[in-house]
Amino acid sequence: MKVSAAGVSVSIDGTPILDGVTLTAAAGSVTGLIGPNGSGKSTLLRCLYRIIRPQQGAVLIGEHDVWQVPARRAGLLRAVVAQDQELDNDYTVRDIVAMGRIPHQRLLERESATDRAVVDEALARVGIEWAQTRRFATLSGGERQRVLLARALAQGAPVLLLDEPTNHLDIGAQLELLDLIRDLGLTTIAALHDLDHAIAYCDAVVLLQHGRVVAAGEPAAVLTPQHLADVFGVRAAVTTHPLTGRPHLVFAAAAAVLLAEEHAS
Amino acid sequence: MPSTLPAERSKRTAAHRAHLVPDRAYSLLVVLLAAATVVSAAVAIAVGTVPVPLGDVVAVTWAHLTPGDTERSLLYDQIVWDFRTPRVLLAGVSGAGLSIAGVCLQALVRNPLADPYLLGISSGASVGAVLALTFASAVTAGLGVTGAAFAGALMSVVLVVGLAQRAGQVAPGRLILAGVAVGYLGSAVTSYIQLQANPTELRGIMFWLLGSVSGASWSDLPAPAVALLCCMLWLLVDGRRLNALTMGETSAAGLGIDVNRLRLGLLAAASLLTATIVSVAGGIGFVGLLVPHAVRLLVGPDHRRVVPVSLLVGAIFLILVDLLSRTLDRPNEMPIGIFTAALGAPFFLWLLRSRSGAVR
Repeated sequence: MKVSAAGVSVSIDGTPILDGVTLTAAAGSVTGLIGPNGSGKSTLLRCLYRIIRPQQGAVLIGEHDVWQVPARRAGLLRAVVAQDQELDNDYTVRDIVAMGRIPHQRLLERESATDRAVVDEALARVGIEWAQTRRFATLSGGERQRVLLARALAQGAPVLLLDEPTNHLDIGAQLELLDLIRDLGLTTIAALHDLDHAIAYCDAVVLLQHGRVVAAGEPAAVLTPQHLADVFGVRAAVTTHPLTGRPHLVFAAAAAVLLAEEHAS
Repeated sequence: MPSTLPAERSKRTAAHRAHLVPDRAYSLLVVLLAAATVVSAAVAIAVGTVPVPLGDVVAVTWAHLTPGDTERSLLYDQIVWDFRTPRVLLAGVSGAGLSIAGVCLQALVRNPLADPYLLGISSGASVGAVLALTFASAVTAGLGVTGAAFAGALMSVVLVVGLAQRAGQVAPGRLILAGVAVGYLGSAVTSYIQLQANPTELRGIMFWLLGSVSGASWSDLPAPAVALLCCMLWLLVDGRRLNALTMGETSAAGLGIDVNRLRLGLLAAASLLTATIVSVAGGIGFVGLLVPHAVRLLVGPDHRRVVPVSLLVGAIFLILVDLLSRTLDRPNEMPIGIFTAALGAPFFLWLLRSRSGAVR
């Protein structure tokens, strides 16, 4: 199911955060939202989470305006792996993954055999079934992200939204998680901080700055040295990754490049 | 069950589910607690300056609950039905209601220190009650202590929620700050009036502020009982959403929950419960803070279990504490709030110590 934003504007306390953002993420693709801090990535996601209501424009999943359908219906359209990991509780891994079934359950309805099967499958899919009786708070950061991903899978929604899923993870856990997310084959939108992840794992990227879309399209077409200099103020070059053969970004501060050029001349 | 390592399976350490009552014993626990509620209520009705045999307690209650005229002692009838039963029921309803209000607020602000008085409700109620109890009773214009306290509680809730909301969205952080500020404001007013009051009035004020169900009559019961019934039914139906909310705002929204509406619902439930209880029983502290924590230790964090068990444990706790407060120093009575705090604080500290060892 495709995801789109049509002329979305949000301002908070009079400060414009998003300013007429229009974009489309194709069904089944992985789209990276990139941009400097404060560019509006998280705010755009929060519109899709149904936390911030756009003052203008609409966010759509398929043909459904997220803010026009009932909240519970929105829970069937998209699942969220957010940045908030609440640890001050005693929920087990299985308790948390089972919460993914909430939008499917009627009030007072007990967990059905289908619910249990879906939860089992989700736990297995992310490779965390061994920990299902463990308390969530006692897992490592990478394991916790897998649990939240399993909860999103248990939700059974066609669209997956992630806000900086690799934050605070070690490099091994980062790459494992991204591989896993790619393999799920869901329509995925992820705010990413690491531009190299965007170029390596995304089918498309959307570059945001000051709440506007600067460029959108294939990663190689968007993550050009020119765009990166304009938006992030860094010098960048695209090389080939010596181990994978994929495109790879390398960066340097603009001043460092100037210094190096001075040395060379 | 998918495969687990044998070592993982055999040891149940702090890393695993840690509550005291195993999941399969939950139904049994509820049955036992329900029975304990009835028994403790019967005992609390039987014990007093004039002891009434348990058999007569049952007989009098039965006579009142069934139509038809049966032979019974008029003295026992008056003691049991007019004095002790409403008192014990009010203690039970207050304990249950304050505990449920505590559950609501702890889920709402996701802060373990949240209790029913967080929103400045008791402080507002105190202002109303103290005005009615003193020279200033003209201000409350014949509302009576209960009516004035309820009006004060409602005014403080409206003030707190008004200060905490922005464009209809209630942020938990602002709610706490606004509640604390309004609470202090109320205390200032109460303190000032107390300083102006004469010694006879002061004793009444102290008693009210520390909470007491001693003057309970049947007419005190309907408001808190109806509030408790409504809130309990809603929470039992919506327990799963409370679970999701404790995992964070974004998580809950992602699971298809209208977070703001749920928060407003919790706020309304907690306010209604606290205001109706505080206005008849005064500021009974610590129950709403303590009981939900103790219950989570027993049955784990799932609100579908925490709500019914908190209800029963809260009722039993306050019925027994009230019994204690009127039997320890007979024939004198002590405010119930002294005992809830005196018993609650050490338990809470123990809880804090044992939790910090296991989790962090």
